[in-house]
Amino acid sequence: MKLDSRAPDGPIETAWDRHRQAIRLVNPANKRKYHVIVVGTGLAGASAAATLAQLGYNVSSFCFQDSPRRAHSIAAQGGINAAKNYQNDGDSVFRLFYDTVKGGDFRAREQNVYRLAQVSVNIIDQCVAQGVPFARDYGGLLANRSFGGALVSRTFYARGQTGQQLLLGAYQALSEQVGAGKVKLHSRTELLDVVLVDGKAKGIITRDLVTGEVKRWAADAVVLATGGYGNVFYLSTNAKGCNVTATWRAYKKGAGFANPCFTQIHPTCIPVMGEHQSKLTLMSESLRNDGRVWVPKQPGDMRRPRDIPEAERDYYLERIYPTFGNLVPRDVASRAAKRMVDEGHSVVAGGAGVYLDFRDAIKRLGHDVVSDRYGNLFDMYERITGDSPYETPMRIYPASHYTMGGLWVDYNLMTSVSGLYAIGEANFSDHGANRLGASALMQGLADGYFVLPYTIGDFLAGEKAGFNDTAHAAFDEAERNVKGQVDRLLGIKGKTSADVFHRRLGKIVWDGCGMARTKESLGKALTEIPALREEFWSDVSVPGTGADLNQSLERAGRVADFLEFAEVLCRDALTREESCGGHFREEHQHPDGEARRDDVNFQHGAVWGYEGEGNAPTRHTEPLDFRYVHPSTRSYK
Amino acid sequence: MKVNLRIWRQKGPDAPGAFQDFSGVEVVPEMSFLEMLDEVNRDLEAKGQEPVVFDSDCREGICGSCGAVVDGTAHGPGRQQTLCQLHMRSFQDGDTITVEPWRAAAFPVVRDLMVDRSAFDRIIQAGGYVTARTGSAPDANAVPIGKPEADAAFDAATCIGCGACVAACPNASAMLFVSAKSGHLGLLPQGQPQRYSRAEAMVQTMDGEGFGGCSNHGECEAACPKGIGVSYIARLNRDLLRAASGAASK
Repeated sequence: MKLDSRAPDGPIETAWDRHRQAIRLVNPANKRKYHVIVVGTGLAGASAAATLAQLGYNVSSFCFQDSPRRAHSIAAQGGINAAKNYQNDGDSVFRLFYDTVKGGDFRAREQNVYRLAQVSVNIIDQCVAQGVPFARDYGGLLANRSFGGALVSRTFYARGQTGQQLLLGAYQALSEQVGAGKVKLHSRTELLDVVLVDGKAKGIITRDLVTGEVKRWAADAVVLATGGYGNVFYLSTNAKGCNVTATWRAYKKGAGFANPCFTQIHPTCIPVMGEHQSKLTLMSESLRNDGRVWVPKQPGDMRRPRDIPEAERDYYLERIYPTFGNLVPRDVASRAAKRMVDEGHSVVAGGAGVYLDFRDAIKRLGHDVVSDRYGNLFDMYERITGDSPYETPMRIYPASHYTMGGLWVDYNLMTSVSGLYAIGEANFSDHGANRLGASALMQGLADGYFVLPYTIGDFLAGEKAGFNDTAHAAFDEAERNVKGQVDRLLGIKGKTSADVFHRRLGKIVWDGCGMARTKESLGKALTEIPALREEFWSDVSVPGTGADLNQSLERAGRVADFLEFAEVLCRDALTREESCGGHFREEHQHPDGEARRDDVNFQHGAVWGYEGEGNAPTRHTEPLDFRYVHPSTRSYK
Repeated sequence: MKVNLRIWRQKGPDAPGAFQDFSGVEVVPEMSFLEMLDEVNRDLEAKGQEPVVFDSDCREGICGSCGAVVDGTAHGPGRQQTLCQLHMRSFQDGDTITVEPWRAAAFPVVRDLMVDRSAFDRIIQAGGYVTARTGSAPDANAVPIGKPEADAAFDAATCIGCGACVAACPNASAMLFVSAKSGHLGLLPQGQPQRYSRAEAMVQTMDGEGFGGCSNHGECEAACPKGIGVSYIARLNRDLLRAASGAASK
């Protein structure tokens, strides 16, 4: 596998400008001769499809949901970062770049991150022009709040529904292009394979989720905006439908999968309450602006929180990290919560949880101000748990939330397969080993609005326009494989729901490759996963047929891919003999329990290449070079 | 605790449907309503039977995928919540719960509790946007927007497109949905240039899709999980009148 990052050399401040100068463009009159497939309609996919269509390309957009507006970006709560410095608190493009590289524990490509920080300011302008109702102050100007890992206030927000409002902006831009006939929209349609013709991505195979029809689509380039793989843990804050299928199938067609072990466990989710639980709900990081995290000093103290006097509470984040306090980055906060619970301080009887308390904020700011800032989150919490955070502290615990790993991409966001692009959470590019809060929305929209629409031209300019040969042998083969898998799943006629296998897989991966990993735990997972996979392929129950709407089949297909993917995830975690960001190997820590990076041996992206059924994948590396932000021990103390 | 379920099963838009009874379903109060349906489905799958089809995705009340009429009420008992936010603690041991899909001509049943809401997408495609080419935007703070207007626009913008308003309306009207979008964009300075053409195009498409008209029942507001009020419908009607009378172009 050739891993040429194509990241420009020279001064980083001008790298993106120089790159845009250097890459090829497609003549405006020729753009309409090219057809681009965009899979996924979240922030990255919708913004890319809309912008490509505005530029003149013909676009086909696919999503498995019933409407593009339901993509999981919609659920993002807290906000979006941008280096606007509207608060006059010393923010700058360089500072956002610096914070993101450091927050990612020095495992991201500097040039990509710098570009991200540069275009962040354009994103806010674009979204406001679309009518995204960001929070404003009484003078009518935009408001900001703080997020973890930053000492400036640069996060733009729309109550606790920022993702929803940004996605609706992108969805509306996409809808305008659908109405204009420049985008053909295919909802309730799932990608099941990527088709390569002469080594280039020239189409996809899909299954219509209503009719069951398996279909071929040809194009001049393919863009995957299919999100992350957090549901490998089964219980996560991801939507139920989020899956690894598109990126996994691309991997099996030759696209390198980078840093799968960089998974983000979000510190503030509603704890697991029982076996029936189908998903976990995030409580926005923004709550840590005003909420204080604590546990009782006495292990096993199960008194009501109000009965525990001040002196018997341990505000452990403020104690251990006085500089950042409750706003330490997510990986740090999550591990600290785990440590407290492991030491017996859990506040959930028989389970795991810590308090996030608003008592002092309500005292300081008053009920109304707190309600204005977090009202909808408090209501959401109360609806799920039956407890009011105005009266009693929230109980929270870390849960799988986001995945920094993904398909390897170069500076143009092209994967290691020519003509195949990956944007948004589906790629590995900008967050290194840990993503800072409010940076996912920024990256999704940066990729979709401001990066991919330019860089894809460089590839298309070299291609003859209008590829439409769906009768090519490559399509025959891909379609045969897809239909073969569908038939195989239907033919097992086992006794166990795919959902049950998914839950069991999730437990294996959480125990073996969750917040803390060891050689033993990973080794155990790596024996259990293949065994579970074997059981799945002999006992999964998929009633009904393939030629019809069949949700059991959809679920089973996704679980089958997670069962393969989980092995590469654990293998990556086992090979990376260091701790960094969301990847914490217990063998590699400082005496105070902080992560110990190994920059001599692991200052690189690990990129896994498929070597065929039954063969171990190959590990390739992309060395990382830090010229502007010098790797140091990440300290938030 | 145990509950009995009557769930609507229907093969496709043109197939006849009927209730299927599930009695003595074991539940715990902490379960969400959809988790209860998951359990029912796991049992059906283990027996080799086809599960009850329903849409759901985020399961935290924001994506708008889920929705069913539970005991005659869109999204079930309780105010301002989606079906996924309904928990079994809202029911009593021994209750019989009736579950049906949204019923509206413009939302044909796909299967069981799943309906086709693509008409909503087509309404937005007809005009539910602000035309703003990527890259052409002025600085975000160039146009200040007073907090009251921004807040009112926001309240309308919270619509999740679930379709409960249509399901609850005796006329199966989509006016609350349309007025929410027209209110969101029409209250902001960015939305002014297309304010009237947007309102007209969306309502025209709504009518063409087979939704009914609004006759001020107000059921939509009561069913809306985001609490969007009918005052936005009044505002939309005023915009339509101004457009029709030519006042909008003066």
